[in-house]
Amino acid sequence: MRPNLYATGNITGIHGPLLFLRRTVNIGLNEAVEVYGQDGKARQGRVAALDDDTMTVEVLESTDGLALSETRVRFLGEPLHFAVGPDILGRIFNGVGKVIDGGPPIAAQHNLRIDGLAINPAQRAQPQDFIETGVSTIDLMNSLVRGQKLPIFSGGGMPHERLAIQIARRARLRGGNSDDFAIVFVGIGTPHHTAENFRRAMENSGALAHTVMFLNLASDSSTQRLLTPRYALTAAEYLAFVEGRHVLVILTDMTNYCEALREVSASHGEVPSRKGYPGYMYSDLAALYERAGCIKGRHGSLTQLPILTMPSDDISHPIPDLTGYITEGQIVLDRNLDRRGLYPPIKVLPSLSRLMKDGIGAGFTDPDHPALSNQLYAAYARAIQVRVLASVVGVDGLPELDRLYLEFGDAFEQELVQQQEGRTLEESMLLGWRLLRRLPHTELHRLSDTQITAHIGNDHD
Amino acid sequence: MSHATLSWIGGPVLRARSESPFHINEAVAVGERRLLGEVIRIEQDQIVVQVYEDTSGLRPGDRVEGSGLPLAVPLGPALLGNIFDGLLRPLARDSDSVYVQPGMYEQPATRFPFEPTVQPGQRLGPGQSFGRVTPARGRTQLCLIPPDVQGKVLSIAAAGEHADNIPLCVLETPDGHRREIAMRHRWPVRKSRPVAQRLAASGPMLTGQRVLDALFPVARGGKAALPGGFGTGKTVLQEALAKGCDADIIVYVGCGERGNEMAGVLHEFPQLDDPQTGRPLMERTIIIANTSNMPVAAREASIYTGITVAEYFRDQGLHVALMADSTSRWAEALREVSGRLGELPGEGGYPSYLSSRLAGFYERAARVKTLAGTEGSLTIIGAVSPPSGDFSEPVTTHTKRYVRCLWALDYTRAHARFYPAINPLISYSEDVTELEAWWQAAGNPEWADTRRRFLALLEQQSQLERMARIVGKDALPAPQQLTLLCAELINEGFLRQSSLSPVDRFCSPQRQSAMMHLIHRFIELAQQAQSAGIEMEDLQALPVLRRLHRMGEELGEDNLAGYDTLGAELESVFTRLGERK
Repeated sequence: MRPNLYATGNITGIHGPLLFLRRTVNIGLNEAVEVYGQDGKARQGRVAALDDDTMTVEVLESTDGLALSETRVRFLGEPLHFAVGPDILGRIFNGVGKVIDGGPPIAAQHNLRIDGLAINPAQRAQPQDFIETGVSTIDLMNSLVRGQKLPIFSGGGMPHERLAIQIARRARLRGGNSDDFAIVFVGIGTPHHTAENFRRAMENSGALAHTVMFLNLASDSSTQRLLTPRYALTAAEYLAFVEGRHVLVILTDMTNYCEALREVSASHGEVPSRKGYPGYMYSDLAALYERAGCIKGRHGSLTQLPILTMPSDDISHPIPDLTGYITEGQIVLDRNLDRRGLYPPIKVLPSLSRLMKDGIGAGFTDPDHPALSNQLYAAYARAIQVRVLASVVGVDGLPELDRLYLEFGDAFEQELVQQQEGRTLEESMLLGWRLLRRLPHTELHRLSDTQITAHIGNDHD
Repeated sequence: MSHATLSWIGGPVLRARSESPFHINEAVAVGERRLLGEVIRIEQDQIVVQVYEDTSGLRPGDRVEGSGLPLAVPLGPALLGNIFDGLLRPLARDSDSVYVQPGMYEQPATRFPFEPTVQPGQRLGPGQSFGRVTPARGRTQLCLIPPDVQGKVLSIAAAGEHADNIPLCVLETPDGHRREIAMRHRWPVRKSRPVAQRLAASGPMLTGQRVLDALFPVARGGKAALPGGFGTGKTVLQEALAKGCDADIIVYVGCGERGNEMAGVLHEFPQLDDPQTGRPLMERTIIIANTSNMPVAAREASIYTGITVAEYFRDQGLHVALMADSTSRWAEALREVSGRLGELPGEGGYPSYLSSRLAGFYERAARVKTLAGTEGSLTIIGAVSPPSGDFSEPVTTHTKRYVRCLWALDYTRAHARFYPAINPLISYSEDVTELEAWWQAAGNPEWADTRRRFLALLEQQSQLERMARIVGKDALPAPQQLTLLCAELINEGFLRQSSLSPVDRFCSPQRQSAMMHLIHRFIELAQQAQSAGIEMEDLQALPVLRRLHRMGEELGEDNLAGYDTLGAELESVFTRLGERK
C-alpha cells in the first residue's frame, strides 16, 4: 500500500454525489477515498473515472455541506477494505463497518476488499447439507441447504421479520453441532425497532455471541446503503471461509438497497431501464447474492436469506423479478393468507427451492421426501384450480372428486402451512401423509404403490 | 505490435491515444496485469476499448498493447471434459486462489498421444485432418488444419506423446510459404468457421424428453429457444438435455447464471453416463461458465466463444449441441456496454443491433458438409429469461423470428411441479414434416397422426376447461368429460417426465413410441366403450388408468416388454368391460 495522499483546493465541481478534481496525484480506478468537509467528518468514496486532467470521485455518502474550497480528499491507494478479526462476533457495526456498540475497536487480523472477487465456479463445492428451519412449508416443500441464497418475497406489513428471526433461531443441521454457526444480520434502511427486535430475539435465544449486526438505519444516508451489504458480506465470508463457520446472512430489506441504487444511478445521469432502475441492477445484485456458497476444501458455508418487500405486492416488479433470476428459489408470502390469520403466510405454489433436489431424499433426509413433496404440490395446485372454479359455479356445481380437493386444500393450509411452533421434518412429513389420505389413491399419480401402502394405507372410499 | 496510452477510464470501458494503427475488434492487453480487452471503436487517434476483466487500479498513462489479431480462442484436444471462463481460459487448474483473479492467462500446454494420418508429400485442403488424438480416457479427436490454410505436407511428427502447442505438421502453402501446424490453433470468435455446404435437416436431435421428441422435435442442425420466467425450470431442462440428448459433443454455456448451478453440473456430470454410449458424460462435455458476478463484458464474449468451440467440433464431423443459458443475460450485457458507449437505445433500452446479433448467433446452427467432406451438425438450444415472464419483450420476440422450435415454459405447470413445464399450446416446431420419415423408419409409422391427435386433445381440453368454469364440470356432456380424462392422461402419463427420476429422466424413441401407442389405444378404446354405453364413472375407476399414468416411472428402458404386457392388459380390460355391459 502506498502512503496516504491528500488533495485540497483542487476541486472544480460537485454534482450530486460526484466530485470533480484536477488530477494531481497518480491514483488508479476504483481506489478508495475519504472526503472531509468543514465538519471534519470522513465520507467514504471511490474513484469512478479518470482522464489525463481530471479525477471523478463518487462520494458514497451524503455530499451535504461540502464546498469547493474547504474540502479535503484523502486517497487510500487501494479499493475499499474492511479489517476483520475473530472478535467481530457479538458486535454491532454501522453501514460502513464502524463499531457503534460503544465497545473497543476490532483487533484486525485480515484486511479484506469489500467488493469481493467472484468465486471460481470450479472451486465451489455443491451445497447439499439440509438445514432444518422448523417451518413445514420450507423443510418439507422448499428445503433450504447450506450455501444457498433463498430470498423471502414479502410485502409491507407482513410478518417476514418474525419468520426470519424464527429461522435464524431454529436453523440447525440435523444432528450437527451448534458451536460453529454464526449469524450476520444486515439492516439496510431498516427502522430502529426492527434491529432492536432482532437483537433481543438473539439475546433471548443465547445466540448473541454468535451474531454480528450491520445497521444502516432508515435515517442513515441512502447512498451508504450500497455499501452496507458489501461490508456485511465481507465479514460473513471471513467467518465462513477463514474461520470455518456456517454463516447465515439475513439481509433486510433488499428493496431499500435497490431504491438506493436507482437514486444513485439517476444522480449519475445514467440511461434508466425498467421502472427507472439502472440496466446493471441484475449484475449489481448478482455481485451480492453470488457471494453465497461453499468452497471445496473449506469447512464453512455462507447461506443468504435476503428479505425484500415487493412494491404493491407485485412479483413481476423488477426487484423481485431480477432477484428471482439470480437466487436459488424464493419463499413467497401472501397477503390473503396473512389476512386470514395464517402464520407463516407462505404461498406455497410460487415458492421454490432450486437446490432442494441436492439436499433431500435417500442419504440426506428421507427416501420418500421428494415424492411426498411432489404429490402435495400437485394436489394443492389442483385444489387451488378447483377453488377458482368453485368461486364461479359454487361448491354444489362441483363433482365429488373436486369437492375432496377443495377440502384437501383447506386442510393443507390450516394444518400444514399454519403452525405456531416449530416442527421437525419427521413431524412435517407425518402431517403431509395424513393430508393425502383425504384423496382417493387413484389421484396420487406421483406416489408409487409401495409409498401408498407404507404411508397412506387402505383406500377409505 | 501497436501501442496506445490510456487517457480515460470509467468502468469496463477505456479510451486511449494510439501511437500506431489499431484494427476494430483487435484484442489488446491493458496495463501491468495485461488485462484482456477488445477495440470496439476508433476515432482518429483515439481508440475505445472494452475490457473483459475488473479494471480496478488502471490509470491514465497505462500502456495498451495491440495483438494485431481479432479476439481469438485456442481450439484443440484440451477442451473436452473441462470448464472454462467466457474467454476460454481454464478454470479448473491447481491455483492457490479460490477466486477468479483478473489477468490470468490461457491454457498451458498439455501433452496428448498423437497419431499421424498423413504422409509427407500429401496435399491437404483447408480444415482437413493431419492426425488423431486418442487419450486413454475420453474420445478420439481429430487434429485439423485451420480452415484458412492448405498445402503440401513437408514433414509430419511421428506417433507419440506431444504437447498441444508444438508444431507437428509442416505445410508448404500454394504461395510457397512454410506453415507450421500444432494440435491446437486459434480462431477468431466473432467469425463463423467456413463449411463446404449447408445441408437440409434430415434426422432429429433426440433429447430423451418425451414432450420435445414426440411433440416438438428439433432436427440436427436446428435451433430452439426455451423462454420462461424465473422458476419455470429452464436450467433444469437445459441440464436434462445436456445429459440425455444424442449429440456427440455438448457445449454448455452458463452465461450470467448461478455459480452454485455450475458447481452442481461439475459435481454431477462426472458421475453420470451418456445414455447412448455408456461413457462418462463429462467426456463429451465442455462447460463455459461466466457466472452472473463475473465481468459483464466477458459475458458478451462467452456466447461467441461457446459457438466457436462448437463449430470446431462440428468441423471434425461430429454432431454438436450448444446449450446457452441464458441468451437474455447476453443481450443485457450488450445493452450495458452499449449504454456505456452512449449509443442511442432502441426498444427496451437494448441497442438497435440486438436483432441482427441474435440472427448472427442462431444462423451459426446448421447441418453441414465440412471442408473435409464429412457430415457434421451444430444444434443451438438457447434459454431466454423474459422479465416477469412476459414473452412480448424484445429478446423473446426477436429470438422467435430466428428459431425453428419454441419450447415455451409456463408458470401454471411449474407451480404444480409439473416438469418439464412446457406449455404445448404455445410451443411449436417447424421441423416436424422433415422428421416424419425418421420416425417411420424408426418403427413408428403413426407418429405424425398420434402427435396431431394429442395436440388436438390438449387444445380441446383448454377450451372445455374454460367452459367448465362457467357451467360447472358436471354439466359437461359425457364425451367432453372423456376428452378431459384423456387429456389428463396425456399430460400426466406422457408429457410429465421427472428429470430427477433415475428411471424416467431419459426416454428412448422406442419407449416413447410404446407409450404413445398405449395412450392412443386407451383413447380409442374408451371412446368406443362410451359409444357402446359404458358410463364415465366406470372408465374413471379403471385400475389400468393408474398403470398408464405411472408407466414412465414404472417401466424403464430395460423393461420395454412391460409395455406389451400393459397393452395386452388394456385390451382385456376393455373386452371385459364390454362383456359386463
